[in-house]
Amino acid sequence: MLAFTLKRLGVALLVALTVSLITFSMIYVSGDPAIAIAGEGARAQDIEAIRKFYGFDRPIIEQYFNWLIGALQGDFGRSYTLRQPVAGVIFARLPVTMLLGALAIAFALVLAIPLGVLAAVRPNSLVDRFALTVAVVGQAMPSFWFALTLVLWLGVHWRLLPITGSDRWQNFVMPAIALGYYVTPAIMRLTRAGVLEVLSSDYIRTARAKGLRPMAVLFKHALRNAIIPVVSLSAVQFGFMLGGSIVIETIFQINGLGYLAWESIQRKDLPTMQAIVLTLSVIYVLLTLLGDLLNAFLDPRLRVA
Amino acid sequence: MPGVAMSGRVLTVEDLRVTLPVPAGTLHAVQGVSFHVDRGETLCIVGESGCGKTLTALAVMDLLPSRARRTAARLELEGQSLAGAGERAIADIRGNRMAMIFQEPMTSLNPAYTIGNQLEEALLRHRRVGRKQARERALYLLDRVGIPSAARRLNQYPHQLSGGLRQRVMIAMALMCGPALILADEPTTALDVTIQAQILHLLAELQREFAMGLVLITHDLGIVARIATRVAVMYAGQVVETGTAQAIFSAPAHPYTRGLLACIPVPGKTRRGDRLGTIPGMVPSLIGEMRGCRFAGRCPYVAGACRESEVPLETGLETGGEQDHLVRCIRHAEIAGLAAPSEAVVS
Ligand SMILES: Nc1ncnc2c1ncn2[C@@H]1O[C@H](COP(=O)(O)OP(=O)(O)O)[C@@H](O)[C@H]1O
Ligand SMILES: [Mg+2]
Repeated sequence: MLAFTLKRLGVALLVALTVSLITFSMIYVSGDPAIAIAGEGARAQDIEAIRKFYGFDRPIIEQYFNWLIGALQGDFGRSYTLRQPVAGVIFARLPVTMLLGALAIAFALVLAIPLGVLAAVRPNSLVDRFALTVAVVGQAMPSFWFALTLVLWLGVHWRLLPITGSDRWQNFVMPAIALGYYVTPAIMRLTRAGVLEVLSSDYIRTARAKGLRPMAVLFKHALRNAIIPVVSLSAVQFGFMLGGSIVIETIFQINGLGYLAWESIQRKDLPTMQAIVLTLSVIYVLLTLLGDLLNAFLDPRLRVA
Repeated sequence: MPGVAMSGRVLTVEDLRVTLPVPAGTLHAVQGVSFHVDRGETLCIVGESGCGKTLTALAVMDLLPSRARRTAARLELEGQSLAGAGERAIADIRGNRMAMIFQEPMTSLNPAYTIGNQLEEALLRHRRVGRKQARERALYLLDRVGIPSAARRLNQYPHQLSGGLRQRVMIAMALMCGPALILADEPTTALDVTIQAQILHLLAELQREFAMGLVLITHDLGIVARIATRVAVMYAGQVVETGTAQAIFSAPAHPYTRGLLACIPVPGKTRRGDRLGTIPGMVPSLIGEMRGCRFAGRCPYVAGACRESEVPLETGLETGGEQDHLVRCIRHAEIAGLAAPSEAVVS
C-alpha cells in the first residue's frame, strides 16, 4: 500500500508540475502582458516601466522559476486590479467553491447511486426507464440552461429560493442541484452497468448458494464491488465540477473561485487567473489521487501494485 | 457432523425439466431427469459438454438463470419438497442442508472479502453462533481440506491463493454447516492436471467421513470407477443410462455409454485422468421439440424405429442386468450380444 501510494503521489507531482508550466505560459499565449496591463494605446515608456516592474524583461525560464517558487510558498503575486496579494483572495474564495462542489457531488451521488442500483436490479422496469430519462435529460441539457430553468421556477415563479448571493445555505441549493445534475448521468450509468455486471458474476452465485438473503447478496457482495469504479469516477467528476462552477457561480453570483475567474478574465487580471487555474488543477490532481487511493482501499487486488 | 453415519434418502429428483427461452425458440436443457442419492452415496453424472449436467445441479439448488423455467414431479431433500418451496424456505436450506461446489474456482470467491469472512458467513447465516465459533469452524475445515498454514489463509484475499487452494476453500465453505448433500460440478476441470485427482480424492474422503450424499459431475472416468456408488450417463438433456458403478462399467448397455467407455472397459484398470472417449458427431441442438432417440444421429446401431417415438428408460433385466440398471435404448437387448463396432469410437 505504501509503495502504491508513493508511486501515485509521484505521478501526481509530475502532473502538477506540468500544469504549473502550462498555467505560467498563459501569460504569453494571451499576448504581451505589459500591453495588456497598461491598456491599449498606452505610451511606450509606461509599457516599458510595467515590463520592468513585473519582471517581464527577464528570461522566461527565470520568470517561471520565480513564479513557481513563489507559488509553492503561497505567493501568487499581486492582483493587477484588486491591488492586493492574489493568495489572500484565492483562500477567501476557495472554501465557497469547495462547499458548492461537495454539495453538488453529494446531490449527484444521492440521486445517481440508488437509481443506478434499482435500475440494475430491475432492468427494463419503470425505475430503469425513469433512470434512463434522468440520464438522457441530464446529458442533453446544458448546465447553464438547467440553472436558468431552476431560477425561473424555484426562484422567480414560486419564490422558494433566493436567486443570487452566497451568504445563506438557501443560496447553495439551486447551484448545487444545477452543478450536481450535470454529473449525475455518468455516475448513474456506471453504477447501473457495474451492478448489472457484478450481479451476473460467479461469486454472486456463490453468495446465493450459501443461502444469503437477496439484500445481503446485493449490499454485501454486489455493491461493494460495483461501487469501486464509481468512487474514482466521482473523484474525477468532483474535479470537473470545480471547473464547471465557473458558469454556475457566475449565474448565481456565488462568491467562489469560479465567479472570481469570470471577474478576472473580464479584468485581464493574469496573476489571479493563473492562480485560480493552478489551484483548481492541483485540487483536481489531488482528487484523482484520492480516487486511486480509495480504489486501492476498496479493492484488495490493487493494494500490492 | 464427523463420523456420524445415517442412512436414508437425501435427494430425490423425478422428471426434472428445465427450459430456457432463446432467440431461436425454447431450449430444452433438461428433459425429464430422475435420480436419487442416499446418505453416504456418491452419484456420478457423466456426459459430454452441453448435455445439461450443470443446469440439472443448478435446478436442484434453485440457482438457475432467472429466465429458466423448472418443473419436476418430485424434488425432495431429506424428505422435504423443494419444488413448491418459496424463495425464503429455499434460502434457509441452501448452504445449510445442501451445498454446491462450482466449476470456476478462480471467480467463485468474492475478491473484496477475506477467505475467513466468506467462510464464516456461511455458518453465521444458518446457525446461532458467534464470530469466534464460526472462525474456529472455518479454521478446522481449512485444515481439514488440506490447506497449509490455515490460520494465515483466513486473513488472506482470494487473489492471494492459487486455483487449487481456492477450490479447497470452496469445499470447506460447502462443509461449514455440515450439509446432507453436496453437488460438485466438474470441480477440477479448471485446475492443473497434477492436482485434479488430489481434489477429487479429497472430496470422496470427506463424503465418507461426514456421511454425506455427493453428486459429482465429472469427466474423469478413472475417478468415477474409483469412487462412484452409482452413475448416471446424460445425453442431450436426458439420462440415457443409470445403474451401479459396477453395472455401468462391466455391462454398459447404451451405445452412448459404450462409446464413452470404449477406452476403459474395466474398473480398476482405468488410469487416473483418463479422458472420455470421443464419439464422432455432435450433441444435437436442444432447441425445439424432439422425437425419438436423441443419440440416433450418432449411433452405429441406429434403426428406423429409433427415430419414431420417445424411447423410455427401462430396466436391462432381460439381459441379466440388475433391477436399478436402466437404459434408454430400444435395441439394447440385441446390441448386448454384439461387439462394439470399432468405427464407433475414435480415441
Ligand atoms: N444461461 C444459459 N442461457 C442459455 N442457454 C444455456 C444457459 N446455460 C446453459 N445453456 C444451454 O443449456 C444446455 C445445457 O447446458 P449445461 O447444463 O451447462 O451443460 P453441461 O454442464 O452438461 O455441459 C447447453 O446447450 C447450453 O448451451
Ligand atoms: Mg457444465
